[in-house]
Amino acid sequence: MDARILQEFRAIVEDRGLITSQEELKTYECDGLTNFRVIPQAVLLPRSTEQVQGIVRVCHRERVPFVARGSGTGLSGGALPVKDGVVISLARMNRILEIDFANALVVVEPGVINLEVTGRVTPQGFFYAPDPSSQSICSIGGNVAENSGGAHCLKYGFTTTHVLGLELVLPDGSLVHLGGKTLDAPGYDLSGVFVGSEGTLGIATKITLRIVKRPECIQTLLAAFNSTSDAGAAVSGIIAAGMLPAAIEMMDNLAIQAAEAAVHANYPDCGALLLVELDGPIAEVEVLMRQVDEICRKSGAGEIRVAQTEAERVLVWKGRKAAFAAVGRISPNYIVQDGVIPRTALPRVMTEIERLSAEAGIRVANVFHAGDGNLHPLVLYDRRIEGQEHAAEVLANRILELCIEAGGSITGEHGVGEEKKMMMSKMYAEPDLETMQRVRCAFDPEQLSNPTKIFPRPRLCGEQPGEYRPHPAELAGIAERF
Amino acid sequence: MASLPTAIGREAAVPWDDLRAIVSAEQVRSAGTGDRIAGVQPEAVFEPGSEKELAAALHCADDAGLSVVPRGGGTKTSWGNPPKRADLILSMARLNQVIEHAWADLTVSVEAGCTFQQLQNTLSQHGQRIAVDPLWPERATIGGILSTNDSGTLRIRYGGLRDLIIGMTIALPDGTLASSGGKVVKNVAGYDLPKLATGALGTLGVITRAVFRLHSLPHNLRSFTFETRDLTDANRVMLAVQGSKLAHTGLQARYSEGRAPAVDVRFEGTDAGIAAQTETLRKLAAPAAEAATSDVVWQARQELWSSAEAAAIAKFSVLPASVAETCGRIRLLTDSLGVHWRAVVQGTGLGWLRLEGSSTNAIHQVLHTLRPEFEKMGGSLVVLHRPAAMPAIDAWGSGGDAFPLMLSVKQQFDPRGTLNPGRFIEGI
Repeated sequence: MDARILQEFRAIVEDRGLITSQEELKTYECDGLTNFRVIPQAVLLPRSTEQVQGIVRVCHRERVPFVARGSGTGLSGGALPVKDGVVISLARMNRILEIDFANALVVVEPGVINLEVTGRVTPQGFFYAPDPSSQSICSIGGNVAENSGGAHCLKYGFTTTHVLGLELVLPDGSLVHLGGKTLDAPGYDLSGVFVGSEGTLGIATKITLRIVKRPECIQTLLAAFNSTSDAGAAVSGIIAAGMLPAAIEMMDNLAIQAAEAAVHANYPDCGALLLVELDGPIAEVEVLMRQVDEICRKSGAGEIRVAQTEAERVLVWKGRKAAFAAVGRISPNYIVQDGVIPRTALPRVMTEIERLSAEAGIRVANVFHAGDGNLHPLVLYDRRIEGQEHAAEVLANRILELCIEAGGSITGEHGVGEEKKMMMSKMYAEPDLETMQRVRCAFDPEQLSNPTKIFPRPRLCGEQPGEYRPHPAELAGIAERF
Repeated sequence: MASLPTAIGREAAVPWDDLRAIVSAEQVRSAGTGDRIAGVQPEAVFEPGSEKELAAALHCADDAGLSVVPRGGGTKTSWGNPPKRADLILSMARLNQVIEHAWADLTVSVEAGCTFQQLQNTLSQHGQRIAVDPLWPERATIGGILSTNDSGTLRIRYGGLRDLIIGMTIALPDGTLASSGGKVVKNVAGYDLPKLATGALGTLGVITRAVFRLHSLPHNLRSFTFETRDLTDANRVMLAVQGSKLAHTGLQARYSEGRAPAVDVRFEGTDAGIAAQTETLRKLAAPAAEAATSDVVWQARQELWSSAEAAAIAKFSVLPASVAETCGRIRLLTDSLGVHWRAVVQGTGLGWLRLEGSSTNAIHQVLHTLRPEFEKMGGSLVVLHRPAAMPAIDAWGSGGDAFPLMLSVKQQFDPRGTLNPGRFIEGI
C-alpha cells in the first residue's frame, strides 16, 4: 500500500491503531470460516466515530476497499479481507454509552460483546434477547451486520427486531442517523435494510438496542426420541397446539455424542434430543409445560426431564451451544451449514440428507433450531484424506440446494458472506438480485464497503436498472455468471 | 448529491391503447371524481388481474411520463402529502387472493389487494392470525396496510409489520418484478427489502404480494381498564405494567379533555395464566380504580376517526417514559389555543392525537408547534388527516441527516419519480 496513504491512516489512529506487519496481519486473514484466507494491506483499529470517518474518507478518496470487522466469529466469511484493501476493526470501540431502563433501551458502540449487554442489565431484571452461540465473544456490530439470531429468536426475534437506531459512517465518510430511540421514524426504514447487510452498506458506529424484561419463569424440558422424525412430530404437535416456546432445539445422535464428549451435559444417549424452553408467567408456563410433556410422550419420547435448577438449565444449554465446537472432538474438520426449510419439510429433508451422506461416505451431524426450521448440518471430514474436503463441500452445497428446493433459504443467521454468494443465484432470480443491488448503489456507489460479499456479481452502479444485459467481462469470456 | 426525481412538468397523455393491450377492456377506465387522491383528479384507473399485468402497466405509465398512485381499499389515500400529480390509479381490487396458508409452518402468502379481514377469516380456520390490528380491517388491504406501516395495539407483544413480514414481491416502474425474503421465518439471504417497502407509501414500488409469519389465535383473552388520577398517574401505571414481568398483549392510555385518563391492559393465554396475572396487575395499578370494561376499548384508535371531517389527526412517537410530559404539553397548548383534543397512546410510546375546534388556524398552530418539540425529544409527529379548511401543513416532518440517502434510494428504484410523486417525506 502507498506509504502516503499509510501515513494518513497513522495520523488518524496513531501507531498503536495501525497494523502493517505481515505477521500481525495474518491474525486478520479470515473470520470463523477458515477455508477462505486473504491478507489485507493494513488493519486499522479506530477508537471513535471520528476516526472511523477519517479512515473511510481516505479510503473513499483513494478508492481503497475496506472490510469492517467485529470479533471475527462470523461463519460465512463476511469479514474476509479484500486483497487490495484494509480491515477496519471495531474491537476498540467497545463502550456501553447509555442504559435507559425506563424506556428499555441501551446505546452501545459496535465492539461491545453481545453477552456484556445482558450482563450489564441483568441486575435490573432485563436481558438482550438475540443469543447466537458465540454470544460470549461476538460483537454487537457483527450481530448487526449479520442480523444474528440464536436459539431464542423463535419467540424474541432477530437482531433486527432489537435494533431501534443506528449511527452510520457511509462509504463516502459521511455520518447519518437512522431510526432512533422512538419507533416509526418518518421516512424509509433504512435501519431495517442496514441490519443484515453484512458490512456492504457502511459501518455502524453507534447502535441503539431494545432490551427485554426477563420473564417471571423459564422452564427447559429435555426429551429423548428414537429418531429425528419422532422428535419432528413432537415439534409439529407443539406448534399445532398454538404455543410459542422461547426455543425448540433438536440434536441428532452424532451431535449428542459430540456435545457429551465436550461438555458432559448429561444428555441421554438417543436418536434425537429435543430441548423445549417455555417462559412467561409461572402459572402459564406450568400449564403449557404439562401439554408439552404430553405431546412429547405421544410422539414416542422415552426419557423426559425438566431442568429443576438454574444450574441444570445452564448445563442443558451449554451442551447445545457448544455443539459446533464440540464436533471437533469427533472429526478433525467440518463444515457448518445454515440452511432453512419450512418446518414441515423436516422429515423429507432429513431423509435426503441421510441418503446423500451415506452415498458420499461423509458423516453429517445435525443441530437444528427446530421451531423455525433452521438447520445446522455439520459436515464432517478429514482434510488429510485426499478428496474428502472436496466431497464434503459438494455435500454441504447439495444440502443447501435441498433447502432451496423445499422452499427455504441458504442462510438463517450466518449470512451469505463469501461462502454462499454463488448460491444466491439459485435462491433468487436475476431481477431480485438486481433490485437488492439498487440499495447497494444508493449507499455505496463506488462499492468500497466489503465489496466482494453477498452478490455473485456486483452491479456496476452506472448501469441502467432493468432488463439484464451481459457484463463486458462476461462477453469477453473472463467472467461467468452462476 | 441526489436531487428529487420529478414527474412534474412532463407533458403526458394516457396511452389508452397501450394499456388496453395489456388487459381486457373492463379493466381500464376513465377516472371519476370518486377516484380523487387528496383533491387531485386522476385520468385513468387500471385494474390488473395479475402481477405481470400490473408490472406491464406500471412500465407503460413510466415510459409515458404518467404519475401512478397504487390504491388498495382506499381507506388511507389522504395520508401523506397531496400528490403533485396523480394520472393513473393502479387498483389492486383483482389481486385479492390468499395464495398459500401453510398453517403447519405458520406462514401465509397473500396478494396485496386482499383485505385484512378476508385474510384473517382464512387464517382463523386453522386458529391463526397475523398478529396486528390495523385500522378498518374490513376494507383496508394488505398492500395499503404495509405501505402505511399501520400497526395497532398488538404491537407491544408481537412487534410491528416489519417484524412480521418475511417476504415480498414488488413491481418497479421499469417493469421489474422483484422478490425478496422468502417463505421461511428465518432468512438472512440478501437485503431486507420487505422492511424497506413497508412504510414507504408506495414510493419505491408497488407491493404485489406479501408473506407473513403467523401466530395462533388466543384461547382466551381478557381486558382491564383502570381509571387513573391524572396524566402522571396514567404514565405511572403504563410504566409499571411495561416494566413488570406480565405478558400483556395490549397496553394503552386513553385521554380525553376534562376526564381522567384510562389505562387498558389485555392478556391472552390460559385461564390459569390470566388469573395469576390479574392479581399482579391490580397490585401494580393500585390505587387506580378498576372500571368495567370490554374488548371494545381496543377500538379507541379507530374511534378517533369517527365524524372527523373537521378534525385533524396525527400520529406521534415519543419515549414511553415521556408520555405524561408529552400529553401535558398537548393539554397546555390546546387549552391556550381553544382547541379540543383526544388521544390514544400505546405502551410503546406511539400515540394518535385528534384535534378539533372552531379555528382551523389554531389546530394548525398546535401541530406546527408540537412537531419541533417532539423532534427535539427524539420523537416525531406525522399528520394523517386534516380538515379541508386548515392551512397546508407538511405531513411528515424532517428526514434528518439520512434524507439524502433516502433520496438516493428513491432514485435507484424510481428514477423518474413516477410513483406517488410528492406524497412522501420532504417531497419524495
